[in-house]
Amino acid sequence: MPILEGKGMSKSFGGLAAVSNVDFHVEQGEILGLIGPNGAGKTTLFNLISAALVPKSGTIRFKGINITGLKPYKICRMGVARTFQAVKIFGHMPALDNVMLGSYFGMTPGLSSKDAVREATELLEFAGLSALKSTPAKDLTLANQKRLEVARALATKPELLLLDEMMAGLNPTEIAQAMELVTKIQDKGITIVMIEHVMKAIMKVCERIMVLHHGQKIAEGTPREIATSETVIKVYLGERARAGGS
Amino acid sequence: MDIPTLTSKRSLVSGSIILIMFILLAISPLYAPRYTVILLTSIFMYVVLTVSWAIFSGPTGYISLAPAAFFGVGIYTSAILGKALPLPIVICFGALASFCLALLVGALTLRLRGIYFAIFTFGLVEFIRHLLLFWECTVTGTRGRIVILVDQTTVYYVMLAIFAISLLTSYFIRGSKLGLALQSIGQEEDAAAHTGVNVTMVKVITFAISAFFMGAAGAIMATRWTYIDPYTAFNPLLSFMPVLMAIFGGMGQLYGPIIGAAIFTYLEEFLITRFPYHYMLIFGIIMVLAIVYLPDGVVGLLQKLWKRIPGRKHADT
Repeated sequence: MPILEGKGMSKSFGGLAAVSNVDFHVEQGEILGLIGPNGAGKTTLFNLISAALVPKSGTIRFKGINITGLKPYKICRMGVARTFQAVKIFGHMPALDNVMLGSYFGMTPGLSSKDAVREATELLEFAGLSALKSTPAKDLTLANQKRLEVARALATKPELLLLDEMMAGLNPTEIAQAMELVTKIQDKGITIVMIEHVMKAIMKVCERIMVLHHGQKIAEGTPREIATSETVIKVYLGERARAGGS
Repeated sequence: MDIPTLTSKRSLVSGSIILIMFILLAISPLYAPRYTVILLTSIFMYVVLTVSWAIFSGPTGYISLAPAAFFGVGIYTSAILGKALPLPIVICFGALASFCLALLVGALTLRLRGIYFAIFTFGLVEFIRHLLLFWECTVTGTRGRIVILVDQTTVYYVMLAIFAISLLTSYFIRGSKLGLALQSIGQEEDAAAHTGVNVTMVKVITFAISAFFMGAAGAIMATRWTYIDPYTAFNPLLSFMPVLMAIFGGMGQLYGPIIGAAIFTYLEEFLITRFPYHYMLIFGIIMVLAIVYLPDGVVGLLQKLWKRIPGRKHADT
């Protein structure tokens, strides 16, 4: 049974169908890449899964349970955490407090403050931010803010993590570090869905890729299949382009 | 190395200072002039309003202009029940009535953000006042109510108790899980929701807690006045004062609103007696200057000065 399954997901904004009739599934333990040109509906799909938006139609099942229409905090407490395309951190709070919020309110509520501090400290270390734990989040670099979002999401103890363009705006070194972080998260046994434009990263890290275009799923398969698919190359990578060529 | 002992020493010192101040305040009716006791009661009232306003609006940034509504509900509860029930129960009822009203209003309106929330809460004050006026005109056929008087010393002690409890509540909320959730809501509400915080619940409960103390303050203050009517009970000025006092004092620290409210109340009293014709003008000028030059309030200014003292560079926490 897939850990996450969506059937007939649709969402429109006014006359624009941002996501239309998309079926998808995510298998336990895998890293699924979600790609597509700007405006393809990737973030909208994330927003539907995490309940930031209510779908026009369709159902989402998480571990077999229908989670459509639940509030965002409920989805989070069931074990689905996310990060944001444009970072949404608690700017005036120290990095540690940002993460502690997740420990306090995530899957395991009722944590003592001592445990929450210990857990948050460990996660900051895991994300490579231990030196910055008392720095206000707004003073971190973009790369570190993105890592902080990941640490905060992990603090809720998710089984499924949605990463929305974690590598956008990062330099090559930072991208390499982010890729390493993603693999480390998978090693913890957490399933990952990631939206990404950095092709090199997505081809290398993901086991399976799903392509959206104008709100519709146009392809799905292994990185190799996607890189060689005629449709994908045509609509997304452009005529005569070659992806993942190494 | 010695940080734990140092902090515990420091908290012991500040704890004992607070205790001594509290004892001095508690015995002040025995030695202080009557006027001082009455002035202190007013200061406590404003501190309670400001601190409880800051419990909710400080971290979340939702500017509530409803204090006058909750304060007024306390006043009216006290006026209605005062003849039938003993004082402590009347005050509890006043506080609870405000608490319930805040739960209801909060559940309905806390989805509004920014200026819309501020305007709605202010509308609430007007709405209740006009509803009461309508009720008194058409149903009861009376205007206003006589309140059972309570002597000044009792009023003082009750106010002191509410003052102490509201400060303790504010202190504990700040250091708690709830405080962290409130801060996160103020800074990035969506992210808080996706991190497992039941934002609606947190906002509504905290809004109601802040209203609880406003209601209690209203219930006891009513007994200081012989007669109340909708205009005196739901005075819009009492909605703006806590906001101004909190801004003036600075909202970053717990003692900001306390200092702001204390200075403001004293200033008001001082200006009214010395410059009865120009006091509003002077008051306004001081407020404008405070907003322009003291963005972090009086407390922010004090902290800045403290840091400037040579050799004090690392002792600013």
